[in-house]
Amino acid sequence: MPEEPELSLEDYRRRSRRSLLTGGAAAVAGLFGWRWVQNQPETNNIPNVLRRGHEFNESLWKSLFRHDHQARTFDREAASILRLNGRRGLRSEIDLDSWQLTVKGPDGAELGQHVLADIRSLPYHEMTVEHKCIEGWAQITNWGGARFSDFMRLYEDRLPDDISHVYLKTPDGQFYLRNGNRLRDRYYVSVDIETMLHNQTLLAYNNLGVPIDELHGAPLRLATPLKYGIKQLKRIGEIQFLTEPGGDYWGERGYDWYAGL
Amino acid sequence: MQVSGCARSRVGRQVRRARLYRACAPRNEASRRCRGTVTERRAILTVLTPTDTEQPATRKAILKHRRGSRWMHWINFPLIVIMVWSGLRIYWAERVYSFGILDWEIFHFFPQFFYEWFGINQRLARGLAFHFNFAWLFTINGLAFVIYTWRTGEWRELAPNRRSLRGFVDVLLHDLRIRKGEPPRRGRYNEAQRLTYTLVVLLGALAVISGFALFKPTQLEPLTWLLGGYTSARVIHFSVTIAFMLFFVVHVAQVARAGWRNFTSMVTGYELVDVEPDQPAPPEDADDA
Repeated sequence: MPEEPELSLEDYRRRSRRSLLTGGAAAVAGLFGWRWVQNQPETNNIPNVLRRGHEFNESLWKSLFRHDHQARTFDREAASILRLNGRRGLRSEIDLDSWQLTVKGPDGAELGQHVLADIRSLPYHEMTVEHKCIEGWAQITNWGGARFSDFMRLYEDRLPDDISHVYLKTPDGQFYLRNGNRLRDRYYVSVDIETMLHNQTLLAYNNLGVPIDELHGAPLRLATPLKYGIKQLKRIGEIQFLTEPGGDYWGERGYDWYAGL
Repeated sequence: MQVSGCARSRVGRQVRRARLYRACAPRNEASRRCRGTVTERRAILTVLTPTDTEQPATRKAILKHRRGSRWMHWINFPLIVIMVWSGLRIYWAERVYSFGILDWEIFHFFPQFFYEWFGINQRLARGLAFHFNFAWLFTINGLAFVIYTWRTGEWRELAPNRRSLRGFVDVLLHDLRIRKGEPPRRGRYNEAQRLTYTLVVLLGALAVISGFALFKPTQLEPLTWLLGGYTSARVIHFSVTIAFMLFFVVHVAQVARAGWRNFTSMVTGYELVDVEPDQPAPPEDADDA
């Protein structure tokens, strides 16, 4: 309906009434919409509709993902040791000399065991990138290690073609939840395979040129500028290749499962 | 009778004394008749008291805000509230910004009570969830507004020009009551409004751009680089928010000052205006009847 440039007072009154009613109805509808979002049942600590939104963002950015889009790299001099932010998965004692990495297939069958020397024998890559925490801080640091893509090549022949995710967890065993009867891992993430195969995704064992210290993830950790820190698991104990999304510690606690940058 | 005709043809119900005298200035034949004796002037005042409930036919309603602008304006309001509120929940997790001179911190964003009042503590994940979802609605609404303003030609009412900065100062001095006399306006808005409304649209664009630079700093690396890197993009994003808040405060204060008719025009689209005294007066016999 076109709007006249000028109205008589009578028409104006009619319009005022209608506008007020429309506006009031819209405001009430908005309020109900807001309540509806707030009162949604939740999936992993986030109202369902917002979780769907995260998933929409995930599929959008997955489709826009390009392997040749690289995170900015910096001069080595700009790098510093990362601020420590939580010790989840690191609370148990670890004997670095006897540490082993277990690799499993989608069915849970063990495919192999590695010592650190195996990872060291893969081509070495170093990168100075900005590490970003989901809390908002960012810091430039330097990682050295093997590309995950090189590591995965060791298992090329033994894996199905439809590997879509990689599950990583710390070696501190499992526990029963209070009131629960299912055995759970202590600290774990899963990451989409595209990110894992990006050439800036490393199984890192060096930080600023020296072996990673214990609280930053010795002996081996994930380092990738394509994810927030919550996805860059420290002290990897087990890697499992999956054909569907796996559990994710922070994803289950209300964060975006994808957390891609 | 002439007195009442004169009064009715010029002013509305809530006329003030000042306007009355202006109306009686000897500008044309009709108003010359208004210069009466003191008694007659008293009579005018009597007629013009608010008890006069009959709607005089001396006002009309002119289109000020088109339907599209109105909807987008009001949709934007809750969206921006949600964006700021969820953004503060995110900021809470790394609340490092302050301003000061050299080492002297004048204000830290924000004092603890601020988080407590607004219930912003401990809700990072939820803040992110709201922020990354409602950001789309904010972006779509903003884009729609820009396209609409462009397609309808409304931008001509908003665009500032070379003289706007000067005009901005004039309006500022007038509104702060430092200078008398209302500065001129081109069309619907004065220069300060043009400049501010254009700036706030640009701020919205900057909020979206810096938001994307923070959201996907690796996949959208060139964008993040353009804003001086991730840390700098975060400072920009935060500053834009603060600027929005300042705009909001001034905007609401100015709307309150401008009065009810101006405010309702954002709802109905039309603003009631008094017919200028220079308009031909209605025939005498019309109100003598």
